Formats: sequence, structure tokens, C-alpha cells
Amino acid sequence: MTEAVKTPHIPLEKQKLLTVNGDEAVAWAAKQSLVDVVAAYPITPQTIIVEKFSEFVANGEVHTEFVPVESEHSAMSACVGAAAAGARAFTATAANGLALMWEILYIAASLRLPIVLAVANRALSAPINIHCDHSDAMGMRDAGWVQLFVENVQEAYDTTIQAFKIAEDERVLLPVAVNLDGFFLSHTLENIHILPDEAVHEFLGGYRKVPKVKVDYFDEEVPLMLNPARPLSFGPLDLYDYYFEHKMHQVEAMKRVPEVVREVNEKWYELTGRKYGDGVLVPYEVEDADVIVTVLGSTGGTVRHIVKKLRREGKKVGMVRIRMFRPFPHKELAEILKNAKVVGVMDRAISFGSYGPSFLEINTALYDYKEKPLLVNYVYGLGGRDAPPELLEKMFHELLSDAEKGFVEKKLRFLGVRE
Amino acid sequence: MAQQTLPQIPIKKGEPAYKLWIFEPEWKGELPLILNPRQLAEQKRAAILPGHRLCAGCAAPIIVKLASFAFRGPTIVVNATGCLEVATTIFPYTSWAVPWIHNAFENAAATASGVESAIKAFKKTGRLPWDHVDVVVFGGDGGTFDIGLQSLSGAAERGHDFLYILYDNEAYMNTGIQRSGGTPKYAWTTTSPVGSVLPGKTQHKKPIADIMVAHRIPYVATATPAHWLDLMKKVRKGIEVNGPAFIHALSSCDRGWRHDTALAIEVSRRAVDTCYFPLWEWTPEKGYMLTDRSLSIARNPKLKQPIERFLEVQGRFKHLLRPENRHLLRDLQEWVDKVWEDLLNRAVNAPR
Repeated sequence: MTEAVKTPHIPLEKQKLLTVNGDEAVAWAAKQSLVDVVAAYPITPQTIIVEKFSEFVANGEVHTEFVPVESEHSAMSACVGAAAAGARAFTATAANGLALMWEILYIAASLRLPIVLAVANRALSAPINIHCDHSDAMGMRDAGWVQLFVENVQEAYDTTIQAFKIAEDERVLLPVAVNLDGFFLSHTLENIHILPDEAVHEFLGGYRKVPKVKVDYFDEEVPLMLNPARPLSFGPLDLYDYYFEHKMHQVEAMKRVPEVVREVNEKWYELTGRKYGDGVLVPYEVEDADVIVTVLGSTGGTVRHIVKKLRREGKKVGMVRIRMFRPFPHKELAEILKNAKVVGVMDRAISFGSYGPSFLEINTALYDYKEKPLLVNYVYGLGGRDAPPELLEKMFHELLSDAEKGFVEKKLRFLGVRE
Repeated sequence: MAQQTLPQIPIKKGEPAYKLWIFEPEWKGELPLILNPRQLAEQKRAAILPGHRLCAGCAAPIIVKLASFAFRGPTIVVNATGCLEVATTIFPYTSWAVPWIHNAFENAAATASGVESAIKAFKKTGRLPWDHVDVVVFGGDGGTFDIGLQSLSGAAERGHDFLYILYDNEAYMNTGIQRSGGTPKYAWTTTSPVGSVLPGKTQHKKPIADIMVAHRIPYVATATPAHWLDLMKKVRKGIEVNGPAFIHALSSCDRGWRHDTALAIEVSRRAVDTCYFPLWEWTPEKGYMLTDRSLSIARNPKLKQPIERFLEVQGRFKHLLRPENRHLLRDLQEWVDKVWEDLLNRAVNAPR
């Protein structure tokens, strides 16, 4: 949810009002972010991003090299090459396209390349389905990427710009995925405010600046890039004598991500007057809540609507939207959830033979607390199945009754599926 | 234009020959293509440095070394997963004197697309401190004929300015000699073993260079390390053309081909002498042109050797020389003759 600030550096009247869908908003953000290389392959519901961006290229509105690759695998591969050469690189995909990228997602993260990827979340085949769920994003959760989930089209725009700032921060140097729900956001028109180009350029510090590192061969620090003036080798064979230490660098970098995400969220707030919770979590009415629901993505809006409604009816309910899924904010989320009686964890994906991905995280987060809420996992919306307000209200009533009973009969529940 | 050399060349007496290639941002010009062996020894440094772990007798580093002698200036090398990649960069060491990147197995051409696009974007915005930065890819046969073909074809179609050098050792040597789309018919490999029923691989080699010709990119050629002048000239042409270029270099592997470590150059020479691996180049303007020894053979067919001359030094073909397999040998000879004849018909400089 956006909160208004009194005096943003760029007041709302100086921001341009744009009526766009989520994909176009992402394309606008990429356009203003001085991206050097966009390599992308069409896949519904992401395609509009690259279509829109191609228009910017065709009209000479950007300096970007657009690489219309022959597959998503090559899209991510080209981004790796471009980012290693020192460029700011961007791509977008969904579902099977993201699955095809999977191998290179790990390489992008392990080479510490600050690539930004927009994922218009869509269900994975089979059966083939073009509509929203989060199974695609959950397939990359262990790849070493920062994963942000947005709730609306404005946030898709804001977060895409923020993603470059986060990825390129020297404390982070990790790729960032911006997840927007397929169709619910990617194809839904909204009025959004966008910044003047120069304000975005200034926010990002202009073109990408490559960090400098110390390596044995050179006396001075050298840019971490493919540079004929100071040649380095990227992606060498790395065996049992060093690989583990390099993985530890990624572990440490991930630890530094939340503070950077919070800082960027704050800076964005000062600039635009918009912020999303603390950047990591977006809680609503949680202080005295007996029942709290956690959710990712666009469903957050509907859940908030129901929380409002039930609060008016005197029910002690609240919600937390998880904006950052990787790194997962275990401690911060546990602190919010620990005093509730029941927590309903909504997952738009399932790990077959287990639970929903965020349910597992939240169990881990709460395990060490002596006093902790009961947990219920709601798997919903697979393959784009709608999650209308009535359905979510029913879920809250179930949870309220669980809270009253003091125990949970069925831990894993499927919402909105035919029996 | 006055030709310039790397700042630390010529090599001063007593100075190590293994230094990184440093092109300071103000560097301008072009490195000369030197074809005189003495000058070459005195004035050129290879982009691949000593100390790598490639096997004794491997042809791949010879190809890389010769190719790098033909580089014209600032160059970024992209390497597909394979022998060359694993053996030249075991962390924390590297044998590469130039900026080098390995991404994965099947995506060297896509990675090069990204590098090249970054260079273009820098140039467009005044952030490239040199006139040009060349992109050269090295990939093995697995990474080119098989798993990387889509990525290569895509990059060729998009017209990125890069040179792709395939070092073809005719099997997955890095993983232990498994058959690939580049393995010739009847060759023994660990996944096409010679058994009581099957005589090694039962399919012919994929015509990869012709596949690249079919893309009508600006330059395609074949080469071997034995014909080293020919190879260097072709590399330079491949770098100089504007757009994708492809060189198919035969790269003997003594472990996989089962020959003596001293025979890398000899076996490459025999591959050309038997017309098993003809040397040619192709441009959209001129079409196919035979080069070096293959042109000599075309002019004087008596020079053409029987295929046994290529096979007899290699353990992977030893079953073909057994009397009961004479028909297989004949089959292979007929295939070689047919392919050679096709090439003679197409080559604009072959005698009619």
C-alpha cells in the first residue's frame, strides 16, 4: 500500500500521469533506467514489455541495444555477457521461459552480475496455461536472486527502477527479479505516476558504474568487468578448494540485501512520496490481530479489502504482504506474526508432496518461538484461478473459527478448487 | 595508418613472455598480422599463457595461440564449457592474457551477443575508449554441433559482429570421449564403442561449416593447426569482417583419437591430404574458395591420399583396418570422395 509523504522531491503534479498496464509500466521503467542491453524473447504475459521496449528502440528514444534472442536461455546468457562487459542489462520472461533460463539464473547470480529481470508470473506447463500463479518464480527461489513481488502497476514501475539501484549497490551485486502477476497486473490498466527521465537518471547515478576490486596481478583496484585495459577471467573452473568460499560470498551478500532494500524504499519515498511498507514487508492492521494472513503479489489488494471490511465488523484480523521473498525476512516477519493466534499463509504455488513455498519459510521463521501462532497453508489461484473477495472472506472466517477452537485440523487447504 | 603493437612488445631480453595484454584507453591502431616466423617469434605474444592443464599433444592451445597471433587489438574472448575452458582457468589461476568469460556449455554465442551489444551501447554513448573491441568465441564440437547450435544459429541470424572459432576434436573429450554430432562415422568413442554388432559410430559428421554458410554470414572457413599461416589469415579475415564469422578448426585429441602425443600436427596434415577435412573459405561475394593444401590437391589430384593415411595413425579407427571391415573402409572412402567432389564443384577456384 502506498503511503503519502508531505513533500516529496518530485511532487505529484510534477510526475506524469500515465494510463498503462503492468507490462508497459515495467517497459517505461526500463526505458528511464538507461539500460544498455535488453535481451528478450516473447512469452505471454510478458510480451508487452519487450514490444513496448522495441517501440522505444525503433523510435530512437533509448540508446539501448535490443537483442531479440532465439530463446529465453539465450536472453539470460546475453544479459550475462552484457553485464560482465560492464553494461546495465535487463530482460523479462514468464513461466516456461523462466524455466528455460534456470541454468543461467544461477550463473548470473554467482558471477555477481546486477541484471534485472521482470517476471510476469504465470503457471508452468503441463497442461499449458498462460495465467497467473507463482510456480515459475518459486522455481528460481534458490538461484541466488533477490526476488521482489509487487501488488499493483504503480509498484511494478517503482520497483523496476528500484531493482537496478538494489542490484548495483556494492553491498549487494546480485541480480534482482521483479515479479508482477500475469494478467492481473501485466495486462490490467491503471493510472500511474512516473518520474521525469532526469529524476530517474539521478536516482540511479547515471549509467551503470562498475565496482572496482583488488586482484593479485594488478597493484591498483580494477573494474570488475571484461576490460581490455585490465583483463580478468570470468567464470573459471572452481573446485572443492575455493567453490565453497565463493558460495559463502553469495550467502553474505544476501544478508546485506534487506538493509539496501529498505534504504532504497526510503529514498524512493523521499523522491516520489511513495513507499511500500519498509520495502521488505507491508503489514496492515497487525498490531492486535488474532488472525493474520500473509500473501504475495496482487492478491494483497483483495486481502486488504477484506481486512478492512472485517475490521469494520469488529473482527481482529490483519495481513502482511511479503514484498521481498528472497532473501526471506524470517525474523522481521516472525516478530509481526508471533502474537497472533492463527496465521493463514497464502501460496499461489505448491511444492508437490510438501506445502506452499512461503508456508515452509514461515514455519522456519516461527519454530524457535515458545509462544507462536497456529499455521494454516492456503494454496490458491493455480493457473490463474480467481481469488474473489467472497472466497478470501470465507478463508478469514475459517481462520477466525480456528483461532476460537485453538487448534487446526487441516494444515494444508486448497482455496477455490472444485472438490 | 601507422601500425602499432602492444605496449610491451617487442619482448625485451630477459623479460617473461607471459604477460597480460594491456590496452590502455588511449591505445589506437591495429596489431599487425605477421606471417614471417622469425618476426612472429620476436614480436608476438599469445593470448593464451603457459601453465594451462591441457593434455600433452593437445591441438586446442595451438589453435588458440595461432588465432591470438592474428588478433587485431583489444579483444574479449568467450569460451564455451569444454576442455579449453576447464584446463585454462582452474581458479585461482588463468591462462588468459585477454578479458575472458565462460558462461555455460550451450550459450557461448548468446553470451558473445551480449558482450558485443554492450560494446555497441558503450560506443553509442561515448563510453568505449577504443575504436573497436573484437569478440572471439572458442567452442568445442559438443558446444557447437550439438548443444550450442541453436544459440550459434540465433547469433548468426542476428548479425552480431563476432568470430566463432570451433575447435573440433570430434567427440566430448572433456567428459571422456563420448560421441558428438562432430564425430566421424565408424569412429570408436565411449558411447559408440566398437562391439560385435556395431562398428563404432554409425552416422556421419554433421556439416557444421556448410550449415554456417547457409546462414550467409560474411565469412566462413575451415582450418587446421598444421596449416598455420592459412589459419592465421582466416582468423584475421574473420575478425575484420563486419558481422558474424565462423571458423571450423580441426583439433586433434591424442587421448580420444588414440594417437601418439607427438602427432597432433601430423594427423591434422593427413586430414587435409586425404581430403577428409578440406581447407576452404566462403564469403557471400565469392562463394567457396579452396585454400592452402586443398587448393594444391584440386590442381593436382595425384596429391590426394587414401583415407587410410588419416585413419592408420589413430586407435579410434583401428577396427577399420581389419580385413573383415574392408567394406566399411570403402564406405568411408566413398563418402570422403563424394564430399570432396561436391566441394570441387562448388569452389570457384577449383580447376574445371
